[in-house]
Amino acid sequence: MSHLLAAGGGTNLDADYSVAFFWILAVLSVGAGIAMICVRQAVHCALLLAVVMLCLAAMYAMQGAPFLAFVQVIVYTGAVLMLFLFVMMLIGVSSTDSLVETIKGQRLFAGLAGIGLVALLIVGIGHAAIGSAPKPGALQNADNLTGLAKLIFTTYVFPFEITSALLITAALGAMVLAHRERTSPKPTQRDIARRKIASGQVAPEPPPGVYALHDAVDMPAMLPDGSTTERSVSRAMAQRDIDLRRDPRAEVAADLEAEAKVAPELPAPAQVEAGAHGGSESE
Amino acid sequence: MSPAHYIFLAVILFTIGAVGVLVRRNVIVIFMCVELMLNACNLAFVAFARMHGNLDGQVVAFFVMVVAAAEVVVGLAILMAIYRARRSASVDDASLLKY
Repeated sequence: MSHLLAAGGGTNLDADYSVAFFWILAVLSVGAGIAMICVRQAVHCALLLAVVMLCLAAMYAMQGAPFLAFVQVIVYTGAVLMLFLFVMMLIGVSSTDSLVETIKGQRLFAGLAGIGLVALLIVGIGHAAIGSAPKPGALQNADNLTGLAKLIFTTYVFPFEITSALLITAALGAMVLAHRERTSPKPTQRDIARRKIASGQVAPEPPPGVYALHDAVDMPAMLPDGSTTERSVSRAMAQRDIDLRRDPRAEVAADLEAEAKVAPELPAPAQVEAGAHGGSESE
Repeated sequence: MSPAHYIFLAVILFTIGAVGVLVRRNVIVIFMCVELMLNACNLAFVAFARMHGNLDGQVVAFFVMVVAAAEVVVGLAILMAIYRARRSASVDDASLLKY
């Protein structure tokens, strides 16, 4: 990219290299784009979109727009995509699309419409006689960055000023939309303590994995009366167990059964029992 | 490569984004597809700039990027507000105006 910058605009890549790069990047970006609308996980979508955006940044650099290439990497791949991932984490990573079609045959018609749009646009552009050889003009003569700055601050200075108003409006709008008005007074420490006593559970929730046989975080804790409690396991961990088709409760039951079989042969089974109860009672 | 190739690629990417908007149900993914469409437009603008030998197309692409950034900020804030009210990020669930 450094020699592209030194050239200050026009592509001085070898023609063969430029063709090879174009086809590699084109196949990569179209493949990533198609995969993006096919994968179910939203996070995978974001990563595939990052691939497309980086490919486009490389194409900008190849087309004599090094400034836009860097803006693409910094603003799009850096900031915008990070914002997407941030919101995704707030909303829940596990939010996958349902495969049920709400409108019958929607995917089929969407695909047909897409094929139709591609055909229409390609035929239309194909008729439009696009000049094949780029003319040596301002692109080659002036430095790309200087030329852009001159244009933005002379010809396009009014849109540029409007842009600042737009950005401020967007920032204010985001603040207004994300702000939540408090409808009830903020609970004081006294209120919180009262609510806790009234709820019947004064002690904190038991942490997971304080079972005598397992200390994994998806293992439910054992209460003083010997029963296990589902409340000690985080909902995310429970969902992960379901996704991985694991059943910690069945494991616990199997282990208890196995222990019961081995227990008569052991010289001191009472100690194991005492350890299990002692551990759960102490917390 | 001639600019025509880049414009055809931009057309294909734009269509992929449009189909994604039609097919997907998750709001965030729909947003990402819209971003893909905007990126495809930028690629076409840069190709046109090279074709005409001046920098105006690149300036327009730059402005598109700025507007896209503002759009993403407001869009994601709306999405957060909807999610807070309805606990769902699916476009099918936000159908209150229908009834």
